[in-house]
Amino acid sequence: MANHTHAPAPLGGSLFTPFTLLLGTLSAIAGVILLYRLFYGLGAVTNLNDGYPWGIWIAYDVVVGSAFACGGYAMALLVYIFNKGQYHPLVRPALLASLFGYTLAGASVIFDLGRWWNFWHIFWPGYAQVNSVMFEVAVCISAYIVVMWIEFAPAFLEKWGLKDVRQKLNKLLFFFIALGVLLPSMHQSSLGSLLVIFGEQIHPLWQSGMLLPLIYLMTAILLGFAVVIFEATLSSTGFRRQLETPVLAPLAKLMYGLLAAYVVVRVLDLLLRGALGSAFAATWQAFWFWVEMACFVVPLATLATDRARRSAGRLFAGAVLLMLGGFLLRINGFLVGYMTGEGWHYFPSLAELMVTVGLIAFEILAYIYIVRNYPVLPAAQPATR
Amino acid sequence: MDRRTFFKASLAGGTALAAGAASCPAQARETHPMPPEAVGLLFDSVLCVGCKACVAACKQANGMPMEFSTKDQYWDTPLDISGKTLNVIKAYRNGNMEAKDREENGFAFIKKSCMHCVDPSCVSACPVSAMRKDAKTGVVTYDKDACIGCRYCVAACPFGVPRFTYDSPTPQISKCQLCIHRHKDGKYAACAEVCPTGATLYGKVSVLREEAKRRLALKPGEKTEFPRGHLRAAEEKALRGAPEGKGEQRRQGWQDDGAQRYPGVAGQYLQHVYGEKEFGGTQMLMLSGVSFQKLGYPDLPPRSDAATSETLQHTLYGGLIAPIAVLGALTFIARRNVKHEDEEGGQHG
Ligand code: SF4
Ligand code: SF4
Ligand code: SF4
Repeated sequence: MANHTHAPAPLGGSLFTPFTLLLGTLSAIAGVILLYRLFYGLGAVTNLNDGYPWGIWIAYDVVVGSAFACGGYAMALLVYIFNKGQYHPLVRPALLASLFGYTLAGASVIFDLGRWWNFWHIFWPGYAQVNSVMFEVAVCISAYIVVMWIEFAPAFLEKWGLKDVRQKLNKLLFFFIALGVLLPSMHQSSLGSLLVIFGEQIHPLWQSGMLLPLIYLMTAILLGFAVVIFEATLSSTGFRRQLETPVLAPLAKLMYGLLAAYVVVRVLDLLLRGALGSAFAATWQAFWFWVEMACFVVPLATLATDRARRSAGRLFAGAVLLMLGGFLLRINGFLVGYMTGEGWHYFPSLAELMVTVGLIAFEILAYIYIVRNYPVLPAAQPATR
Repeated sequence: MDRRTFFKASLAGGTALAAGAASCPAQARETHPMPPEAVGLLFDSVLCVGCKACVAACKQANGMPMEFSTKDQYWDTPLDISGKTLNVIKAYRNGNMEAKDREENGFAFIKKSCMHCVDPSCVSACPVSAMRKDAKTGVVTYDKDACIGCRYCVAACPFGVPRFTYDSPTPQISKCQLCIHRHKDGKYAACAEVCPTGATLYGKVSVLREEAKRRLALKPGEKTEFPRGHLRAAEEKALRGAPEGKGEQRRQGWQDDGAQRYPGVAGQYLQHVYGEKEFGGTQMLMLSGVSFQKLGYPDLPPRSDAATSETLQHTLYGGLIAPIAVLGALTFIARRNVKHEDEEGGQHG
């Protein structure tokens, strides 16, 4: 019976607030810049060059963005594979955030492709080059986006009252859930494998070779957990709902275990490759490496006890640090630690940054719209405090 | 109950993974071997006089535009390869530059263009086969009609060779393709064709390697002969000039006579043929008196990054065996757990 209050329901409420208007404006600016890019080329809006052919539209929007969108994946893994039913209320909201994160990451790639009108070649036999890590990433991400829309369909079907379609889909849902666990495992690890072929062009602190897929996969799941905690906290404040701490604390315990395992893998890899020495050089790479490591190690200390993990504030801070750590691991690997020879510089242009900001704004906007109108968040009384 | 299912699920997942990994036993992908008929270039920094005839000829043969780097735009002055320039000669300078081919207080010239790697990163990276390596000649080609403009090749190439035209709404990659469009007329790479000193030499890689070794064996100052243009193996030369020769014979006979050799004096070389071993080998070989790292060429291991990357991909995804095994296990587990939850949650359905 306790389940009853947890059934997802639309939140309702107004869509037009100063906050959503701001989000809308930022999204519109990004749209204009992207349109401009289509007519005048990448060089007209970005600071990309042949030394840094990939900028933040790849390193952030795709590599970081999709990892931040791993909440749905991490929750599905927990609830449906490890059968941890108590986290069920977290699945739908997490899946929704993932859906937007991934869909937008996928869409933004199109604008980063120089010859975007050819993008279908990736899926076309004769063009498709299966040895390419990029091929694997592109196919898996596209497939996952489709799978997520199917997984999320029950929420729409519920709202539109299409009961029998929903029931039919429910019968097959387990297969899509399985795919929804397999595909992100594949492409999140492969996002790390993308760096393998860069060889010595990647600073030794991030060129983990054969271990790259494991490192990126572990942090993707870690980020999934962290993002769920982050979003649950924010949406309970933002929508004035009770915080789901009783569910979050045990989740944090699992996250903690994974975090410990990750730090061990990361440090062992550095030691075995003899790369740790370069962390003590007076370079920017070494500096950012320590910041990155701190983001993982600090939560290891602050979230060590059950009591600490029950504190909403600590949990939130820990989640934010982990997100920052995962962000840095990826930005460091793809940009800071990318050494392409002397004379090349890259820092994103204002237009590039505005596109990324606009993309995030659009994601949040879409999330607000959906949870207000569709059954996503568990129905509950507003917090009285 | 909960703990038990958790344990079972982990076990099933682990077994599937192990089964997947075991069924495709380490499909290690070795560095590719050199194609037997591979053609390429030999660049000899010691012979190069920095005239840049090769840069101009390359532009002409490939229809590339001029590029300016001086205030008064008098002539084509590319500073590096780019979307407009496939081949440049750069200068190395140190101290008072009093002697050629010397590291200290010296100077030297170096060519920069595609190395036509034996196991190229660009080909392995490209998701849509726009970068290809010819199975016979080993020339690495680019097809803009296939390209999606992802620039993975630009990022992957250890020599920084592929360049991209960021300023165009219809951009493309530009890189040397060894003038393959001229091969059908019996012509070869334009840079080698015009090079007055034979510093850039065209030919089969096996022949070029022999020539490189010959030069390294000479004593500095020793009198010798240098070929220029297209260097052929001795047996091929016998075919030269066959009257009314058709096909192969006639092609082999193109512009190769005694006048293409000239007497010279051996210079001071480092005992190193760059590109013989580096990165699994390249089809452009280089000789120099100054260390290659000083000239801007990286010190690369003998194993190609393409081999490492593809070994990883094949181990994880070879024949899709592992993914299918894991998917099977996941489907089984998810099915049980979803059903379980449906029964419980039926009340609010
Ligand atoms: S044409 Fe020959 S000598 Fe002149 S710059 Fe080019 S390689 Fe050097
Ligand atoms: S030098 Fe670069 S572009 Fe040329 S074949 Fe090698 S990897 Fe490809
Ligand atoms: S930019 Fe073009 S040629 Fe280079 S990897 Fe991408 S699709 Fe292939």
